[in-house]
Amino acid sequence: MDLLAFFDIAVLDGTVRLGVPLLLACLAGLFSERAGIFDIGLEGKMLISAFLAAGVSFTTGSVWLGLIAGIMASVVLSLLHGLASITFRGNQLISGVAINFFASGITVVAAQAWFGEGGRTPSLSGAARFESIQFPGALTRIRDIAKADLPMKVYSELLSGHTIIVYLCILIVPFVWWTLYRTRFGLRLRAVGENPGAVDTAGISVYRMRYSAVIICGVLCGLAGAYLSTGLQAGFVREMTAGRGYIALAALIFAKWRPWQALGATMLFGYLQALAIRPDILERAIGIRVQTQVLDALPYVLTVIVLAGFVGKAIPPRAGGEAYVKER
Amino acid sequence: MTLVTKFLGASAALALSAGAALADPAIIFDLGGKFDKSFNEAAFGGATRWAEETGGSFAEFEITSDAQREQAIRRFAEDGNNPIVMAGFSWATPLAAVAPEYPDLKFSIIDMVVDAPNVQSVVFNEHEGSYLVGMLAAMASEDGTVGFIGGMDIPLIRKFACGYAQGALAVNPDATVIANMTGTTPAAWNDPVKGSELTLAQISQGADVIYAAAGGTGVGVLQTAADQGVYSIGVDSNQNYMHPGSVLTSMMKRVDNAVYDAFTAGADLEAGFNVMGLSNGGVGYALDEYNAELITDEMKAAVEAASAQIASGELVVHDYMSDETCPVLDF
Repeated sequence: MDLLAFFDIAVLDGTVRLGVPLLLACLAGLFSERAGIFDIGLEGKMLISAFLAAGVSFTTGSVWLGLIAGIMASVVLSLLHGLASITFRGNQLISGVAINFFASGITVVAAQAWFGEGGRTPSLSGAARFESIQFPGALTRIRDIAKADLPMKVYSELLSGHTIIVYLCILIVPFVWWTLYRTRFGLRLRAVGENPGAVDTAGISVYRMRYSAVIICGVLCGLAGAYLSTGLQAGFVREMTAGRGYIALAALIFAKWRPWQALGATMLFGYLQALAIRPDILERAIGIRVQTQVLDALPYVLTVIVLAGFVGKAIPPRAGGEAYVKER
Repeated sequence: MTLVTKFLGASAALALSAGAALADPAIIFDLGGKFDKSFNEAAFGGATRWAEETGGSFAEFEITSDAQREQAIRRFAEDGNNPIVMAGFSWATPLAAVAPEYPDLKFSIIDMVVDAPNVQSVVFNEHEGSYLVGMLAAMASEDGTVGFIGGMDIPLIRKFACGYAQGALAVNPDATVIANMTGTTPAAWNDPVKGSELTLAQISQGADVIYAAAGGTGVGVLQTAADQGVYSIGVDSNQNYMHPGSVLTSMMKRVDNAVYDAFTAGADLEAGFNVMGLSNGGVGYALDEYNAELITDEMKAAVEAASAQIASGELVVHDYMSDETCPVLDF
């Protein structure tokens, strides 16, 4: 038993890397669902952004252009979801599923037509990918870091060596909180998710609020997808989101649709994923060998526990999932 | 009269073209798609080589979901394609159902065994090829720790891991072999992000050569190994070119040869077992201009010697799938 092993720096570093795409996708879902639009299309939007970000980065040689392209693609899918579920009052779940299927297929077909490498983009290098930012004096190679002392490990591994998106992400959570709870826009956004009728009576366009929410959702999903293919990886591979959009949704429920809790939930899920790839550390920490599958399943198990009402109550936005029909 | 002759001629031409289609072999790819730079692409390469050399043509199909399997085999069988080759272990169940219905046709399945009088089951001795790259890994490693990253946790992938560990320990009995699997669902074949994380985790545990047998996930492994300045080992196809100087070698599984041989045999395809190992060029390690500087003559000599011993039966590499245990590695 060595409980301190749970705080292994390498695992915490992995938590940050794996948690950031979950956090971005979770906040994306937060905006959309707080405005009353359920969005299970997070996965598809991340995927299409991951693809276009990598494709455009490779073609233009600029990762920033790639990022913009990825975000645009994700916003387009968001607007499609908005069109189907806000304007045409379609079923939000079906529209979300359609987006996931569409993204899963189109990315492979387009990548094959564009690069002919089997639904994959070529490997990115140099300015076509987000290089990790190294703090002055920090060690860059994992092998050197593993031999360093603790403060150096924290500095080199945990603090230094991430891409710019990760550092931006630190600012995003307080910003989202401030937007939702301290601005007029945030108040109205939350209101359309609870009682769109009241918002409409106050003379505010429910449609416009909901469209704004899905666009913000698209931007954040785009950021998450681009981070996967150009920050964490150097290229797109088919289905590379590997269910992260769904884990983000689980995290959103776990966080009960609140921004700071979303940070906690996504980092917890990221931590579980990071721990799952280090069975040796887990064994050192608790003294027995645990199957890694248990850790892989934990995010879902925790979400079910929260949904079942064991840890407080997870109450979704009241008007969530319902199209708003203006009275005539 | 002329009209009748025309009709007769037309139907004769139709019959001829039908006859031509009858002889065409067919290949069905697995979910990875035929351009996966790995397993399926190797199968496609074998089929293309056959077509180029013989001037023949073949039918092909890429499935996009598991539900299409039985339908795909049946369609080619109805068209009279012979033989019908399918790449991938997941074809076993649908093939076992369909094969008895078409006793006149020959089927060939790669990577799995289907017991039927008209089915050829091609299996590879991946443990032998993995043994060789395990030896190379242990010889290239500075610290004596080598890593293995598998895709989906299935017996076939454990077979790779077990052979690899045996090879590494044969060279350096004190070597540490770290083995991780990416997941337990098919998503594990396409999760390069997790592949990267596993690579970083293994490097921080001291591994400096990492063997990826993980499909698309391997792209992340090879990339991270290159970024971190350690060696990696590719799988199935020759992946040395992906990161020259960082990919130590690739464990080659000659799926292309299996498909080529099946197509060449045509309707005379011999049913039963076809084991492709070191002795008949079914597996091996890749040596080309991209890794020529990484493999010293000494390493090459040691591996060639072991290869000859395995081919002659003097050295037996334990096959995980024979008894579902591995003497040197704990999963």
